[in-house]
Amino acid sequence: MHELYKLASGIFVWIAILGFAAGMIGRLAHLAVTARKKDPVVYQYFSFYYALRSILHWIIPFASTGMRAHPVITVVAFVFHASLIVTPLFAAAHVILVMESWNVSWWHLPDPAADVMTVLVILGCLFFLIRRIVQENVRYLSTPGDFVLIALVAAPFVTGFWTYHQFYGYETAGILHMLSGELMLLCLPFTRLFHMALWPFTRGYAGSEFGALRRSRDW
Amino acid sequence: MNPKSQKEETNNKNGIYDAGIEKGASRLTPEKIRKVFDALVEAEGGARLKAYTNACVHCGLCSDACHHFLSKDRDPRLSPAGKVKQTVSRILNKKAKLDVDFVKQACETVFTECNLCRRCVIYCPFGIDVAYLMLFVRRGCHQLGVVPQYIQDTAHSHASTFNQMWVRDDEWIDTLQWQEEEARDEIPDLRIPIDKKGSDIFYSLIGPEPKFRAQLIYQMAVIFHMAGADWTVPSAPGWDNSDMCMFTGDMEMTARLKKIHFEAAMDLKAKRIVMGECGHAFRSVYDVGNRTLGWKMPPLPMVHAIEFYAEILREKRIEIPKKFDRPVAFHDPCNIVRGRGLGDEARYVINETCSTFIELTPNREHNFCCGAGGGVINCGPPFKNKRVESNRVKADQLAAARDKGAEVLIAPCHNCHGGLEDIIHHYELGLELKFLGDIIYECMKKE
Ligand code: SF4
Ligand code: SF4
Ligand code: SF4
Repeated sequence: MHELYKLASGIFVWIAILGFAAGMIGRLAHLAVTARKKDPVVYQYFSFYYALRSILHWIIPFASTGMRAHPVITVVAFVFHASLIVTPLFAAAHVILVMESWNVSWWHLPDPAADVMTVLVILGCLFFLIRRIVQENVRYLSTPGDFVLIALVAAPFVTGFWTYHQFYGYETAGILHMLSGELMLLCLPFTRLFHMALWPFTRGYAGSEFGALRRSRDW
Repeated sequence: MNPKSQKEETNNKNGIYDAGIEKGASRLTPEKIRKVFDALVEAEGGARLKAYTNACVHCGLCSDACHHFLSKDRDPRLSPAGKVKQTVSRILNKKAKLDVDFVKQACETVFTECNLCRRCVIYCPFGIDVAYLMLFVRRGCHQLGVVPQYIQDTAHSHASTFNQMWVRDDEWIDTLQWQEEEARDEIPDLRIPIDKKGSDIFYSLIGPEPKFRAQLIYQMAVIFHMAGADWTVPSAPGWDNSDMCMFTGDMEMTARLKKIHFEAAMDLKAKRIVMGECGHAFRSVYDVGNRTLGWKMPPLPMVHAIEFYAEILREKRIEIPKKFDRPVAFHDPCNIVRGRGLGDEARYVINETCSTFIELTPNREHNFCCGAGGGVINCGPPFKNKRVESNRVKADQLAAARDKGAEVLIAPCHNCHGGLEDIIHHYELGLELKFLGDIIYECMKKE
């Protein structure tokens, strides 16, 4: 147990961070090179102004027609994604840990807020899971990987919540929390979670073509 | 019929016989199919293909964008991402077996269940261009020689005559002269100038005009004449701006077509191209053809007819003594509204020429495709019923406008006319269809 704790809080952290960084950079660079070679139009038509215009319409809740047509999923998706990104970066325990290890620190969330946001992420995962099962067209699109992904995202938050509240077996949960968090980080560049990095580019490219070339709107 | 069995029936793609698909597919083996698709992915499967297929989170938010999905009782297989799942995903999965049945089904999916209207792009949070992915598969089908027969016939016509309708060179000139003669009864000094060097305007139109709708050439000649335009049309190939090859995935042929079109205009030293009212041709000249030739933008300025009409109305080069007095609705053609933002210009022309205008909902960039576009109508009679049934939402949208009083539906696109006529007829909507040019011709001062 102690051994595992040492691994999870030591070398695995580095593997996860380095794997994440290398994966992100590597995959994006690969795409950039492929675009140069096979898809030069992407560079020709990319326009920062119109990319940004589109991104803004899709990053502000209800700023696009599609979002207005699906209010429930819009709210859930925004709350879910915001909590998902903010909680791990600003949870007090994480910030303190980083400070103790590397002597850098930043603002952190009050504990109750982090707690609520953790629950929101878990509820979000449940919502997406149920939606995948219940809604026919989403079920049709779902692959086994999509379900694994939901579990992968939920795991660090469930175990984090468990650890924080010191429920039964929280020491084990703490180790699982670290492991699952590291696993998720490592998976970010190599699974569908990579949509996080691709989003600005695909949306931005759509915005560029629609704005600069087609003089129309894509929201 | 209960909803379930109805769904099963719509899923039975093999109920339709298409000689082009069947004969093409009969020459294939799984090995050959794999080889062709793998080579295509290797050669042309660029960053967009990768980014789109990797970014898609299977959320299904694009579903409600697609008229096929909405019209066929929300059949999940018809959602944009559902069509990608059935085609692109399998092609990219090196382990998936691609047999002859797969190709037949994929061919039917990409050619007849997607209008490449790009509505889904503006509903997908990621801006994933499903039309691009469908075109990628169409290109593979083209390379395999599996293309619906009717559209392949038009592609052949392009390849042998440089126009879509097997119009012979002398027939083209004959038609122009015949329309000039007719028009001279009405306006004695009207001319249809052929091969006039250095004109302001090189006018190009689509093959079906001389073939089936010669009166549109007449009308445009009158509009040009009254506006005092300095215009010309070429006698040689290059006069047809349409392009079915971009829809069959024959990009080599698209390049040849657009090259000869641009070159005809440049040989005549025209200052700009004015196109007739056609959406898909606009897409080909403005968006696809130039890219295929390696140019970011067309080599000389070009405008769609709507822009030209707006220009001559704004500059008061034609007069509208009395507005068109029946209530009109307007169908925003995807290729020139989503594809060029001409919604405002079109509304300007309508407000200048019509007294009562009723908006369809949704409209502009969000308008539903007519169901004909993307080469779907060109796949011909075997798929006609399916096409019309796949656009019930369009019928509902039109019926709502009719209930508000609309009597005439204006659609500045030939393709849309084909699709909308079928819908109006099938759903008994009782609307009359017109081009913008019809309205202008009818209302303008002609002496
Ligand atoms: S909306 Fe976009 S991301 Fe979602 S399923 Fe459709 S194509 Fe994929
Ligand atoms: S491009 Fe149009 S027809 Fe094709 S999937 Fe998207 S919405 Fe449907
Ligand atoms: S035919 Fe008209 S509505 Fe249909 S895709 Fe073409 S432009 Fe769009």
